[in-house]
Amino acid sequence: MVATHDPSELDPIVARYPDRRREHLIPLLQEVQDHCGYLSHDAMITVASALGLPVSKVYGVATFYNQFRFEPRGKVHCQVCRGTACHVKGSAHVLDTLERSLGVSAGHTGKDGVYSVEVVACMGACGLAPVVTINDTVHALVTPDGAKRLARVAAKQEAHRDDD
Amino acid sequence: MTTEPAAAGQRRPAAAPDHTLASFVTEVLADPSTHDRPALRRLRRENVTRPTFLIGAGTCGLGAGARDTRDAIYAFLYTHHLEADVVEVGCVGLCSAEPLVDIQLPGRTRLSFGPVRPGDVAELVDAVLWGTVPTDARLLGQHTQPGLIPWDGVPRLADHPFFAAQTRWVLESCGLSDPERLDEYLARGGYRALAKALREHTPEGVCDMVLRAGLRGRGGGGFPTGRKWELARAAEGTQKYLICNADEGDPGAFMDRAVIEGDPHRLVEGMIIAAYAIGATKAYVYIRAEYPLAITRLKKALAQAEAAGILGDDVLGSGVSLHIAIKQGAGAFVCGEETALIHSIMGRRGMPRPRPPFPVTSGLFDKPTVINNVETLANLPTLVGRGPEAFAAVGTEGSAGTKVFALSGDVVRTGLVEVAMGTSVRDIVFTVGGGVPHGKGFKAAQMGGPSGGCIPAQHLDIAVDYASLQEVGAMMGSGGLVVMDEDTCMVDVARFFMDFIQRESCGKCIPCREGTRRMLEILDRITQSRRDETGSDALKRFRRVMYLERLAEVIKETSLCGLGQSAPNPVLSALRWFRDEYEVHVFERRCPAHVCKELLTYTIDPERCRGCGLCAKECPTGAIIGERKKPYTIRVDMCIGCGNCLTACRLDAVQAA
Amino acid sequence: MVAHTAPAPHALAAHISVDGRPVTARAGEPLLDALRREGIHVPTLCHLAHLTPTGACRLCVVEVEGQRNLVPSCAFPVADGMVVLTHSQRAQRARKTIVELLLADHPDDCLYCVRAGNCDLATLAAELGVRERRYRGGGSERHVDASSPALLRDPAKCILCGRCVRVCEEVQGVGAIDFIGRGCHTEVGTAFQQGLNLSTCISCGQCINVCPTGALREVSHLKPVTDALGDPRRVAVVQHAPSISVTLAETLGLAPEVDAAGVLNAVLRRLGFTYVFDTSFAADLTIMEEASELVQRITSGGALPMMTSCSPGWVAWVEQEAPDFIPNLSSCKSPQQMLGAVIKRVWAERHGRLPDEVFSVAIMPCTAKKAEAARPEMAPDGVPDVDAVLTTRELLRLIKLRGLDVTRIAPEPADSPFGERSGAGKLFGVTGGVAEAALRTAYAFITGSELPAAEITELRGLDEVKELHVKIGELSLGVAVVNGLKNARPLLEAVRAGRRPDLTFIEVMTCPGGCIAGGGQPLGADLDAVRARMRALYAIDAGAELRRSHDNPQVRALYDEVLGAPLGAMSHRLLHTAYAPR
Repeated sequence: MVATHDPSELDPIVARYPDRRREHLIPLLQEVQDHCGYLSHDAMITVASALGLPVSKVYGVATFYNQFRFEPRGKVHCQVCRGTACHVKGSAHVLDTLERSLGVSAGHTGKDGVYSVEVVACMGACGLAPVVTINDTVHALVTPDGAKRLARVAAKQEAHRDDD
Repeated sequence: MTTEPAAAGQRRPAAAPDHTLASFVTEVLADPSTHDRPALRRLRRENVTRPTFLIGAGTCGLGAGARDTRDAIYAFLYTHHLEADVVEVGCVGLCSAEPLVDIQLPGRTRLSFGPVRPGDVAELVDAVLWGTVPTDARLLGQHTQPGLIPWDGVPRLADHPFFAAQTRWVLESCGLSDPERLDEYLARGGYRALAKALREHTPEGVCDMVLRAGLRGRGGGGFPTGRKWELARAAEGTQKYLICNADEGDPGAFMDRAVIEGDPHRLVEGMIIAAYAIGATKAYVYIRAEYPLAITRLKKALAQAEAAGILGDDVLGSGVSLHIAIKQGAGAFVCGEETALIHSIMGRRGMPRPRPPFPVTSGLFDKPTVINNVETLANLPTLVGRGPEAFAAVGTEGSAGTKVFALSGDVVRTGLVEVAMGTSVRDIVFTVGGGVPHGKGFKAAQMGGPSGGCIPAQHLDIAVDYASLQEVGAMMGSGGLVVMDEDTCMVDVARFFMDFIQRESCGKCIPCREGTRRMLEILDRITQSRRDETGSDALKRFRRVMYLERLAEVIKETSLCGLGQSAPNPVLSALRWFRDEYEVHVFERRCPAHVCKELLTYTIDPERCRGCGLCAKECPTGAIIGERKKPYTIRVDMCIGCGNCLTACRLDAVQAA
Repeated sequence: MVAHTAPAPHALAAHISVDGRPVTARAGEPLLDALRREGIHVPTLCHLAHLTPTGACRLCVVEVEGQRNLVPSCAFPVADGMVVLTHSQRAQRARKTIVELLLADHPDDCLYCVRAGNCDLATLAAELGVRERRYRGGGSERHVDASSPALLRDPAKCILCGRCVRVCEEVQGVGAIDFIGRGCHTEVGTAFQQGLNLSTCISCGQCINVCPTGALREVSHLKPVTDALGDPRRVAVVQHAPSISVTLAETLGLAPEVDAAGVLNAVLRRLGFTYVFDTSFAADLTIMEEASELVQRITSGGALPMMTSCSPGWVAWVEQEAPDFIPNLSSCKSPQQMLGAVIKRVWAERHGRLPDEVFSVAIMPCTAKKAEAARPEMAPDGVPDVDAVLTTRELLRLIKLRGLDVTRIAPEPADSPFGERSGAGKLFGVTGGVAEAALRTAYAFITGSELPAAEITELRGLDEVKELHVKIGELSLGVAVVNGLKNARPLLEAVRAGRRPDLTFIEVMTCPGGCIAGGGQPLGADLDAVRARMRALYAIDAGAELRRSHDNPQVRALYDEVLGAPLGAMSHRLLHTAYAPR
């Protein structure tokens, strides 16, 4: 994952969709986001010109779907499931605690770039609600404190990795 | 016996070289008698040659720590120099018992345990290998396998209350076979229905079979599948499309995920049958990006099927051509709506358009398009394999077959449940699910997610079929079934769904975009703090509740798509069955279930408080005062009811009433 | 009725019941069309003739027997035997609630709104009897976008009907705006929610013409104009575009298909302008230059096909989206800017005035003209050739402000020397008109004789693309005429791909129909109104004494006295410009 990138970096991704058909827009944005971690303005402009679409249309599509992010995600990316079962099982508290203790509001990344918190509609693990993922690892039956602890541990591990 | 545990537990390669696989497929599908061949029996694990561990490794299993448990098993095998097979299978459906581990010894029937934590592994495995079965709560039961020696004193898994009331068609192989292996699917009779359809029936015939079987869409609407196919067949145009809707957007439903994770080839087989019937040569699976494991397994299954000649230009040598592509949804509930889904595949904002024209006449790229949900398609192998009469024999008159429910919430056993249509909600919640835990009372079962409604205790005996559920204001929906106990506030639940809907509304049509937001605001005000309130505010609040119902009516009647038309359902249903709870919120300004934070009065129990000051630190208004090491107090006049102190306190000294 | 409702030849008659009365309609046509033909008005906010219905506003909902919910009549096909209730209590209540929902977070500044008096939303609220605010809600904070020199966006007033988005994309092919976000956070906006000035907007203003509320409007130049009119140190000069007199006549109830230019001249003088000139004069001037340029490019080499440059939206689009065609654009300024330059640089000197002592106003049917006048190259030495551009709508506001009853004002001639015009110059207001005028003059330049018939019918009418191939003397001319910017793209692609070597001249007008339907024209014009305006211009041309630009004596005089010959050095300095990729 990189925070900034130069446009040519996306060339190999764009090259996979040579026929400029609009149906490639969402897969292309998904691949670009996988690569960059988020969708920068430059990346969306690159995608727009690759498919011959007005940039406004690309931005309109990107802002429609929950999946797309417009700021880099934190080193520790926490997703809190807000499905029905999770809600009944208290995921609002989990989210609230995470937001407060990490100092990051949902949908955003902290200024230091360590944490980002995101709300997910449902991860489909309702039987084990409430569910939180931290850097894409699923954690079931979490408590508010537990979620906070998991995030802190992950941050320590990340910091450790950076030191190496 | 010294084998490297890694080697012992290693999977065989996912797909054998193409020609062998293709000839294997041809051979297996050539005639039904091959079913009893020893090779296939082995693949079905009717008996094993060495100890075999099967670990439930669906998303929920993995979330519950199945990988750690698996590693503990590896470690055990390694330290004890044991040779054994470790297989990751899909989810058997009993989420609350995850991680699930099945152990099968040569000559003995298969045992199921759960939850098995890494710390349990050594003791458990040791005992089983020595021939004793620990009969604690973790033992779920033993499988019924004729010809093998059963374990004494171990109940049959089929008699386990979770499984006894189920009729497992769609979930038939989930949790039993390795979802990443085509040969195991074939060994369990997979693709036989497809072969039968291609060899013995015309496309029209298949369509007719589905019509006779009475299969209805399992995604929510319940439209007769065969009728939909007929319309698409009758539509003009040579290019037709099939889309599998795997955008399981209902928060609280996960059967599609589990089916794809646990038995992806069943979906592929169903899709090929459907495509054959409607004459589609191109199909898409529109699947949520939130389901990475399901996507991975489906991709593997598609590649295997293609390599084996089951998919592609010449399906099983029949001359029929079908290509299936995966499209990942990007996260929008509204894309469960057919026209929105089509727009999304076409790279547009997922906003529905008016119907007619319906997708069956003008859908994807303006071509006739059939959109079926995962569960609908996964029913087809059973339907075609057993025949329409056998299919229709299960279920009720207007609702044939089975339905998978995702049982979750305040219930002892959560998980995936497949029951015959017509089973009562009570049976599902109390028999299969084991009732409400912790001795709490049952309040309601929410069915159909944001489009559905609540079933109160007095209607628990209602049968799950399309018509009956509608009578009580709920709906089959995609099959989410969330149980709520007495501690649940129904106003809060309604608020939760309204919040979800107004965020997920596509924003196109006015009633849905503006109306749901206004409804949410009304509910917000009901649950908001009574501070700064004047005398006329109560009246205003009351008037708004009156508008709530009128607004709900207009949203239902005028919205563009199903999302909006059903958006007010959770609120209307809650108003219908729990009106008194609304009234207490509105007039008495309190929340009987103690959920709506701002309506609570917070106090600190001086007996319990040790004066740590954590709560005061978390209080945003400085309403908590006190001296260290002495009980703190909350100034009611300054309290805004945020509830921070409640979560902060480690000693349960903060109380809310 | 508008074109797209015309039945397919095989359409079957459908006998339906509407509000208890039998009605014959066509099977499969939108129910709304049948209702309107019957004189039943069902309100709409998102409906746009000629475009496929989106069914977004839900105001046109009616009851159809057998349908569980109310159905949108704009998108619901008529079927035989259908029983429809258009104004049942249920439908009325739904419509009223929908309008109330829109008003719940709508700004309360109706009295100050540019659309006060002609707002579709306010009209609907009044019709449906909305008398109290039953739903009140917090809207999100939304800011006015005043970044564009021509258009102003106020998202707080936007009701998300989507008309502007569709016109921008489906009619103009620009796509500068789209829906951004989702649910109640949806907004109409540009890429990355930046200002319009940073977007691909070409300022054509077609979005304003379809906006039902005050969310989109032109950047008003009324204030500087009224200030200048009262400023004794500056002399106020005005020019009016070819189509203005026609729309003015229509809007103020003067006899249709009569040239109201004389009345317009008188009105403008009453408003305080000292000199009134006719932009159609400059159109004649443009033709002199453009026809010469075309002949020169054909005979001595130059980028072909040559493309017109009088529609500023189109010019901006080429600079932005198709810069490889910049050499093909005629280097001629638009008539507005030609006249502006002549007024400030020639006429002012003759009257002993410095350029900045003249306040030059242009009355235009167009918002892009505001952006054109603001281009830096149109202000040599920092003094703009045109100081302010008023749209037709702004002119009407000014007339109302000054309390003029136009029907009682006697016509007056425009001022000399830039008041005389030919019928050809007047045709600039309609699609095909520039090409027709240019051909009349080019024919004369090449052959030395006049076209046998002045009218070139192949280039007339509202078809999106019209073509004509003629041989004039030794020269083969291939002419294509495009209106509605969307239609330019495929043609350019064909040219780029070398598939259209036959074309030598392309006229593009940004707006569908040309300036008569420009983005600055009075709101609410339907296709019938546009057709009437077109007929009016043709009639004015047919009745004109002068039909050809090169016959205009004042144009000739200007060449004799100042400019020398077309494409000469002086012409180049005053009448031509250059373009750059943007």
